[in-house]
Amino acid sequence: MAGIVGYGAHLPRHRIKVEEIAKVWGADAPSYKRGLMLSEKSVPPPDMDTITLSVEATRRALARAPHVDPADIGAIYIGSESHPYAVKPSGVTVAEAIGATPDIHCADFEFACKAGSEAMYVALSHVKAGEMKYALGIAGDTSQGAPSDALEFSASAGAAAFIMGTEKLVAECLFTHSYMTDVPDFWRREHEFYPQHGGRFTGEEAYFNTTKGASNAILKKSGMKPADFKYAVFHQPNGKFPQRVSRELGFTQEQIDPGWLAPRLGNTYSGASPVGLTATLDVSQPGDLILMCSYGSGAGADAFIWKVTERIDEVRDLAVRTHKLLDENVTYIDYGTYVKFRRKIRKNA
Amino acid sequence: MTMFSSRAWREYPQRYRLEASKFKKSGKTYFPPRKVDPETGDTEREIVRLPDTGKLLTFTVIRIAPSQWGDLAPYAIGIAELTDGTRIMAQFTDCDVEEVKIGMDVRIEFRRVQEEGHHGVISYGYKFVPKWY
Repeated sequence: MAGIVGYGAHLPRHRIKVEEIAKVWGADAPSYKRGLMLSEKSVPPPDMDTITLSVEATRRALARAPHVDPADIGAIYIGSESHPYAVKPSGVTVAEAIGATPDIHCADFEFACKAGSEAMYVALSHVKAGEMKYALGIAGDTSQGAPSDALEFSASAGAAAFIMGTEKLVAECLFTHSYMTDVPDFWRREHEFYPQHGGRFTGEEAYFNTTKGASNAILKKSGMKPADFKYAVFHQPNGKFPQRVSRELGFTQEQIDPGWLAPRLGNTYSGASPVGLTATLDVSQPGDLILMCSYGSGAGADAFIWKVTERIDEVRDLAVRTHKLLDENVTYIDYGTYVKFRRKIRKNA
Repeated sequence: MTMFSSRAWREYPQRYRLEASKFKKSGKTYFPPRKVDPETGDTEREIVRLPDTGKLLTFTVIRIAPSQWGDLAPYAIGIAELTDGTRIMAQFTDCDVEEVKIGMDVRIEFRRVQEEGHHGVISYGYKFVPKWY
């Protein structure tokens, strides 16, 4: 029996509205809001990055697992497409910050928006194999969208951390299934600052086919049907895609609601479905089944079936809930502040 | 450009984990950690981790900042008393300077502190944010 022992999330305080971005580029805000089903997104300030988001999310995961000695964490994996360094691991800084060094294995993962669930999957596999007592899987991004590109309206920031173990579980992992093929829907070449995407191609052939492929396969593997689940969390590059894919798979709006954060959070890339899972765990009850399915361009999806245990009632309020981070203490910024925060202005070094 | 990464590296225990020294005889906790208790001369100590919340005792606002913090100006720097009684000085973030008030509750968060330009090492550490939950 392996699964989640502690979980936590972190989101920036700052937000920018679709209208604020649209007015600069002459875009029609109502049609973007309708098309993406998204009204605003989170923006990281200049002193926040994937490492700092990961540290805060991990501290909350540890708060929800007070019995875990950080020295017993055998691995830290961070999945992100915005690691602060091209060469220098993010995981070691998190390991130092929580006191998990030096007997530990760290690696940074990349797979567009699926890197985070990859980190979770590998961490889970280690504890399942008995290689270590605990392993930490982190999903976080401070994603960039090119100015005036459709992605600029959605690319946002956030992180989630999951301590995997085999005892005192908050949620047991019953099944996993990964599904991937080579699809050139979104990429960033070496030394390029902004990612590129294949426009309309990113929908049907990439997101929908892959998400459905992984979800249908895990349903078949488990012998379960959508109605068996209390909740479902899908990758959310915008508000619309997860809503449509869940409907097409046979899930209801009520099932996706707690983890459907993109309409006000934006696309936290690697963090998207993992942060959604933290918000879902926050409101779940013992015995609830949760289907989580990530998606990463390139393209692949990792699906997990989680069964919530009675420990959820003890731990959910040992750290701040994800919806509180989304709903409260929010500061709206203008486009000028946004481009300064995101270092889009060329200055003398 | 200043090279500060070697100093930052030596100070990871305090910068990353808020490690302080607590002396046996006096029971006093010092941050940054000390090897000798200045009051008793005691060297017997244990390393403790400070709590991450406290109350602001005093602050000042930096409007003309050193170059590496220029983009963040204006910002506040304050001294807070943490819940265990230890005092700590840190820069404020996520907070307009008008929001900063003596007596306010603060929380410590892990942030980027400075960078060696675009090419160099990034230093991480602690900053104050308003405690809102």
